[in-house]
Amino acid sequence: MAELLRVTGLSAGYGEAVVLFDIDLDLAEGRSLALLGRNGVGKTTLINSFIGVTRQRTGTIVLAGRDITALAPEARAHAGIGWVPQERNIFKSLTVVENLTAVMRPGAWTPERVFALFPRLAERKGNLGNQLSGGEQQMLAIGRALVLNPKLLLLDEPTEGLAPIIVEELLRALKRLFREEGLSAIVIEQHAKKILELTDDTIVLERGRVVLRASSSDLLAEPARLERHLGLTAA
Amino acid sequence: MSGENLPGRVYGSLLAARRWHPAEIAFWLLAVVVYFALPRQLLLLNEIAILALFALSLDLILGYAGIVSLGHAAFLGMGAYVAGLLALHVTADPLIGLVAASAASALLGLVTSPLVLKGNDLTRLMVTLGIGLLMLELANSLSFITGGADGLQGIVMGNLLGVFEFDLFGKTAYAYSLSVLFILFLIARRIVHSPFGLSLRAIRDNSLRATAAGVPRNGRLAAVYTLSAAYAGAAGALLAQTTSFVSLDVLDFHRSADVMLVLILGGPGWLYGGLVGSIAFKFLQDLIAGWTPQYWQFWIGLLLVLFVLGGREILHGGIKGLVARIPFLQRGRRP
Repeated sequence: MAELLRVTGLSAGYGEAVVLFDIDLDLAEGRSLALLGRNGVGKTTLINSFIGVTRQRTGTIVLAGRDITALAPEARAHAGIGWVPQERNIFKSLTVVENLTAVMRPGAWTPERVFALFPRLAERKGNLGNQLSGGEQQMLAIGRALVLNPKLLLLDEPTEGLAPIIVEELLRALKRLFREEGLSAIVIEQHAKKILELTDDTIVLERGRVVLRASSSDLLAEPARLERHLGLTAA
Repeated sequence: MSGENLPGRVYGSLLAARRWHPAEIAFWLLAVVVYFALPRQLLLLNEIAILALFALSLDLILGYAGIVSLGHAAFLGMGAYVAGLLALHVTADPLIGLVAASAASALLGLVTSPLVLKGNDLTRLMVTLGIGLLMLELANSLSFITGGADGLQGIVMGNLLGVFEFDLFGKTAYAYSLSVLFILFLIARRIVHSPFGLSLRAIRDNSLRATAAGVPRNGRLAAVYTLSAAYAGAAGALLAQTTSFVSLDVLDFHRSADVMLVLILGGPGWLYGGLVGSIAFKFLQDLIAGWTPQYWQFWIGLLLVLFVLGGREILHGGIKGLVARIPFLQRGRRP
């Protein structure tokens, strides 16, 4: 399987503060990666470094053979990075359809396919972004990243703050994206066990460094390993 | 991506937003009817149409892209002076003057656009205010071209389309200004409902998110700022051509402040805000100035304060309630 992402010696942060130290990781096409760690260890900063909004000190980021380290965020999106931010950041004055068409790029993912993935959104397609529930906003945030037709999808805590029934619906959609559609993705998630069931590989961050890399299925089988690093059971 | 490439259901949903609402048709029909119904008010109506176009230009940047400006008169003035100078020295054809004025203002907008791309609202307010003041002082200094404090005098416009003479009662002037306003409104309406227009609103809502989604923020903002400048330049050309006079007043700060006030009155971000606001502003100005010529600005100021503090919601609620009671206006979508 061809390599999609290669990060080498990445150190990055905000302003004078360095949050990530010497990060190395790689991801093959069609694979999904869970990014785990306690609060404040640099998970979101790593995602932010991929989209280009951190101050990068050292290292390179290569996506599909192209060095995107020096690219601006909009150029990284064009290069194939789709981002679902933690805060969702729906364009509140645009309708659901307009949120999708404002950013869409040519490719297999169209608003119609997004509506097929999230039928709930199709029912709300004429509603403004600020008229949606938290779960619908999250579906729209994922849909908006998908219509960019990205090579790599980055999801930052996609189920945070959502009702259990919505979480289940979202996880089903993510499973379809990863398993059936073969979309490459990196996911930050607090529900460790649930995301391990969906992803191929996992890395764990501690104090801005990668301290564990393993296959997700192995970690599911050995919860004690994960517990050592996360300080909690993989429930 | 063009709308025509979208699947039917999604494209249909976008088309619904572009569809004309009966209230819009009624608005423009009324603008034509008053031409015949109020023949003694055509000069005032002409002023309203020009102010409406100026406010429409501000709405493009403020209402859709979130760029605040206190120096929009720079573009109005540039358009007015270019149209005036062209009429005095090159050609008296109004349409050539209109196009040249728009192009000159657009160029000024393009050149100054990098200054408004960075910083926050306060920075933009100061930068645009500075551009406005610079243009005013430049026009004052170049008195051998602009006429300085005396302004450009002796402008005689040629007939519109070679046929319609500009008369003292404002018949040709209003028809001309209204036609230009309508055509530029149609273009603006098409633009704000296009993917380009949607991306502007996305930038206004969340600049970082829009950028990370691949929207070229700086390019889009520069484009709409340039377009807005062209619209303001067209308004300046209409002002110069229909009054046959240009003075430093077109670049004065009060022009920028007035147009901001007009847009706040009508509400930014729906294209009709500038139009409705200009009607309200000009009629209020005319009414109050007739009642108390010395203190009309005091009353306008007081009304603005009351309006912003809560009157806007009451007024807009009242209009919505009125529209809800008229069956003809119920079909279609809000513009």
